[in-house]
Amino acid sequence: MTEPLIYDQSVPGRTGVILPGCDVPETPLPTDLMRDDLDLPEVSELQVIRHFVRLSQLNMAIDTNFYPLGSCTMKYNPKINEDVARLPGFAHLHPLTDEEGAQGALAVMYELQRWLAEISGFDAVSLQPAAGAQGEFAGILMIRKYHLDNGHPERTKILVPNSAHGTNPATVSMAGLRVVELPSDEDGNVDLEALRRECDETVAGMMITVPSTLGLYERQILDVIQAVHDCGGLMYMDGANMNSQLGIVKPAELGFDVMHYNLHKTFSTPHGGGGPGSGPVAVTEKLAPYLPGPIVTIVEEPKDENDAPLYGFTMPEKSIGRLKVFHGNFGMHTRAYTYMRVHGAEGLREVARHAVLNANYVRVKLQDDYHIPYNRPCGHEFVLEGRFEGVDEVHALDISKRLIDYGYHPPTNYFPLIVNEALLIEPTETEDKQTLDGFVEAMKQIAKEARENPALLREAPHTAPVRRVDEVKAAKQLVLCCRPIPAPERAKNEQAS
Amino acid sequence: MAQLNYPSDLKYARTDEWVRLEGDIATIGISDFAQDQLNDVVFVELPEVGTEVKKGEPFGTVESVKAASDLNAPVTGTVTEVNDAVRDNPELINSDPYERGWLIKVKVSDPDSLNDLMDSAAYAKYNEPRM
Repeated sequence: MTEPLIYDQSVPGRTGVILPGCDVPETPLPTDLMRDDLDLPEVSELQVIRHFVRLSQLNMAIDTNFYPLGSCTMKYNPKINEDVARLPGFAHLHPLTDEEGAQGALAVMYELQRWLAEISGFDAVSLQPAAGAQGEFAGILMIRKYHLDNGHPERTKILVPNSAHGTNPATVSMAGLRVVELPSDEDGNVDLEALRRECDETVAGMMITVPSTLGLYERQILDVIQAVHDCGGLMYMDGANMNSQLGIVKPAELGFDVMHYNLHKTFSTPHGGGGPGSGPVAVTEKLAPYLPGPIVTIVEEPKDENDAPLYGFTMPEKSIGRLKVFHGNFGMHTRAYTYMRVHGAEGLREVARHAVLNANYVRVKLQDDYHIPYNRPCGHEFVLEGRFEGVDEVHALDISKRLIDYGYHPPTNYFPLIVNEALLIEPTETEDKQTLDGFVEAMKQIAKEARENPALLREAPHTAPVRRVDEVKAAKQLVLCCRPIPAPERAKNEQAS
Repeated sequence: MAQLNYPSDLKYARTDEWVRLEGDIATIGISDFAQDQLNDVVFVELPEVGTEVKKGEPFGTVESVKAASDLNAPVTGTVTEVNDAVRDNPELINSDPYERGWLIKVKVSDPDSLNDLMDSAAYAKYNEPRM
């Protein structure tokens, strides 16, 4: 590391703050609550500032570099979102404030529910789920409860294509239902024959990511939905990839019964260490009574055009219950609301158009240098293979590490699992042509280096403050420690390796 | 691609486990193809002796720097022995998948469950398009 640990900078007796003298009589603390040592570094304020500013400068992030992890991890978060979320009326609102005292916040939630319903074509929305996986969990519980209410306890099977997000099968298991994995055909679509074989009276539903994790639109999505509906199952859409569909396709109009959004992907709220997620669920009328609650409704219509409605919290009639204390991750609701207000309907459509255009531009530019297994027009992302014929020693990981030397953040590695040495590239809508051309040039250069000098890739990154990390050792001997490891521990670790 | 090895005295499942049958005891591990695809294995979760395993159903997990995968039972029966060495040193799965990297031994209760396993030639052919 180029920056020593804060504990290594500690000097006994040094303090960071000057406390005022005590102006009340001192009362000794109970002796059983007293301790002799406090495991904190002793540093000055300026040392702390310099330490953390330097650490932040070692970061490679979307605010510093092109970041082809895309919306999947986190697209650019416009700074105005932060301004709005910090307005005192939002930021200082106590979560136990009664409904009448929180009308502004409720209005934001109500509008957000309404807009998410409009974008998806669904009838009702709950903002409760804390993130995408909880949205999925809510969706599957609603499907289960719907079948139970209709006298079908035997419907316990959920179909999941192998191109789905990994959380989909995990959700099914969490809900106590049974996963049946479906293969993909050679174009990356769901294998329709395999699907029809599984469609029987035990099907509760199907979970499908649209576009899939390969970044591909299912060409036979209507047939897939029809097949599942014909056997009495319900269709769940994983909306993690909505960035490619905003204002273009309404999932409800395709025939889906329920979906979740990831506000932290599609609607630019922070994610991945930057903030909690938010995974609202949207449903058709027949599933609306099962939504997790409470949801925001109008409890009293406005008296005239100068009056505002009175908003309140309502528990849907047959709700699967509460998923989260208070009202979901409200800070994310304000940011997503801001993003939607800034863009407007046409702007959101442009987001999807540019996200798709940028991904396809990079895909076509790279198709002569890399093998792209499902090479057809893609959504907002595409997958290429990070390996080269006749160069056994170069893997996707080496390409990613070399990208760091060129000033680009690596894309997603080794996912989706159905592509060998997968590199999943998602530029997002915010990147201009010059940036994309620079990235393409670097990728072409790396393909050339792989053949001419593979060691350059194997040993990359060469320019980053931290060189190649030992991933095996990191996985097997994880040491999460913000202070120097005591000598005996260190000796033990070194011995073990 | 690296040259992969599929010993001819073993049987192979479509989910990439191998089986060595001696009497009614099946020794089970994962193939060279599987370990190559997974990359460095860092963790393996195996059942206890006495556990009933069912063909096609998961009996454990293998985790590498790339991914976590289910281990699927290639036969039906009862676990009689578990390779403790591989629990402590999961890298044995990479370095020696067919000998020191074996995972469990199973007393086969349903000999029919072995029927659809592939021989080494068929398994090599099965892997070609997957490389």
